[in-house]
Amino acid sequence: MSESLYQEIILDHYKNPHGRGLREPFDAESHHVNPTCGDEITVRVSLDGEKVADVSYDGQGCSISQASASVLHELLTGESLDEAFATEAAFTQLMQGKGQVEPDEDVLGDGIAFAGVARYPARVKCALLSWMAFKDAAARALSGEEK
Amino acid sequence: MAHQAASPLDVDRIRKDFPILERRLAGDRPLTYLDSANTSQKPRPVLEALTEHYERHNANVARAVHQLGEESTAAYEGARDKIAAFIGSPSRDEVVFAKNASEALNLVANTLASGLAEDPRYRLGPGDEIVITEMEHHSNIVPWQLVAQRTGATLRWFGITEDGRLDLTALEELVNPRTKIVSLTYQSNLLGTVNPIQTVVEQARKVGALVLVDAAQAVPHMPVDVSTLGADLLAFTGHKMCGPTGIGVLWGRSEVLAALPPFLGGGEMIETVAMEGSTFAPVPHKFEAGTPPIAQAIGLGAAVDYLTGIGMDTIHQHEQVITAYALDRLRHVEGVTIVGPDSTVERGGTISFTVDGVHPHDVGQLLDEQGVAVRVGHHCARPICVRFGIPATTRASFYLYTTTAEIDAMVDGIEQVKRFFG
Repeated sequence: MSESLYQEIILDHYKNPHGRGLREPFDAESHHVNPTCGDEITVRVSLDGEKVADVSYDGQGCSISQASASVLHELLTGESLDEAFATEAAFTQLMQGKGQVEPDEDVLGDGIAFAGVARYPARVKCALLSWMAFKDAAARALSGEEK
Repeated sequence: MAHQAASPLDVDRIRKDFPILERRLAGDRPLTYLDSANTSQKPRPVLEALTEHYERHNANVARAVHQLGEESTAAYEGARDKIAAFIGSPSRDEVVFAKNASEALNLVANTLASGLAEDPRYRLGPGDEIVITEMEHHSNIVPWQLVAQRTGATLRWFGITEDGRLDLTALEELVNPRTKIVSLTYQSNLLGTVNPIQTVVEQARKVGALVLVDAAQAVPHMPVDVSTLGADLLAFTGHKMCGPTGIGVLWGRSEVLAALPPFLGGGEMIETVAMEGSTFAPVPHKFEAGTPPIAQAIGLGAAVDYLTGIGMDTIHQHEQVITAYALDRLRHVEGVTIVGPDSTVERGGTISFTVDGVHPHDVGQLLDEQGVAVRVGHHCARPICVRFGIPATTRASFYLYTTTAEIDAMVDGIEQVKRFFG
């Protein structure tokens, strides 16, 4: 059942999320909502120079949105900002690829488990929710707009 | 099954009228359609009425002198007659066609806000109060928020009790001499609750307030008679009652519709147009600017014929039987919590529930894998979710073609969902 959508890796991240919870200090945060289902997430970004020192998050939503946030935390924490934006772009490309994009495990790690989600248009937004919030928060942190 | 025997409907025969119910989904799974509160399926007579109109009678209405134009006009106005009779309207002229229930509700909100009515009863301004409820669909919330912002009127709300009923304890304080209009749902699209319209009407009468009823979830499922309901205005939509999309209805008492100023301007709604100003057609045409949804109105007329042929009492009884069966089965599923009234008393065939530890989105996805179509989310009624402290629900909703076997399929599906996420 749902083999292509609910990969074991996704269920693992959902049941045992990595890095969940909002932490201090942080440079900027962003709150995103999926208006069709009410899922929401808050993502905080903490920078150390050019490096992503921490991505912390909290929210409520389906297994796809919550597991995706866990994967995001795992992948982006410790990356340089350039790397983090490249990873974000790769994940977004995968999700918007309608199942036609071959994911690169070296870049996306556990994120490749979401390849199947791209075939379910109604769920793509769930998978992207935390990533859009991250992109937003990182941009704010860079511009020093918020503290 | 004992429960099924109690239904007055021959559901197997009814189901043969709905071609889509024979549809096989991916993996050759049969369709279990439990999303009729979202939109209903369409019986063959409605589909045939649409085809026949386009194949044989298609022409614009009320302006063509040729034979097709006359046939089309007669069919369009004939649909108005059918709908008027269906809801017990004292006059056919009290039935206004709109795009859907949302447009009908927006029509009332916007004409009251326009300030163009001669009678001050029909003008909203600072100091006036609008009363709605926490169990409204967004289409009966957002128009009033916009209108309150525009006019300076105050928006007030009835709350919801713990068991999902309208909280009327503050009725006399909420509906007071400052109240211009009370707008409330007849049957909640999330909770299934059927509201005591007459109680609210009585209080509104005392203070001279208008009552608008959002009957989108009521007219399809139970006999509704506007001549005894007491409301001033009532909105519903065609696609939830076996009709096509794109056609809705606003019913209003003649006196009220006459007093409201026009909503949209355009062809067909005028009496005469001059450069210095225009005068308007009498109701209902005053509110039907432009070419209306002709085929859709005719299709809705066919839907009304279909429902009347079966009998709204019979349909209602069938849904009560199905609802009782579903409530009973869901009650016995560990981890399932029903959001809304726990019995069939003053409640319709729409049941929202949560499954412990599993988000509704995941419930809906896994049910879909088994061919069971439900709706998940906040159902365009987010204030209810906030009221009950939940992000969303899974919602199963029934109609005349729903069987107890379909309820069983859903419950089996929920057990699978629990195992999958367990």
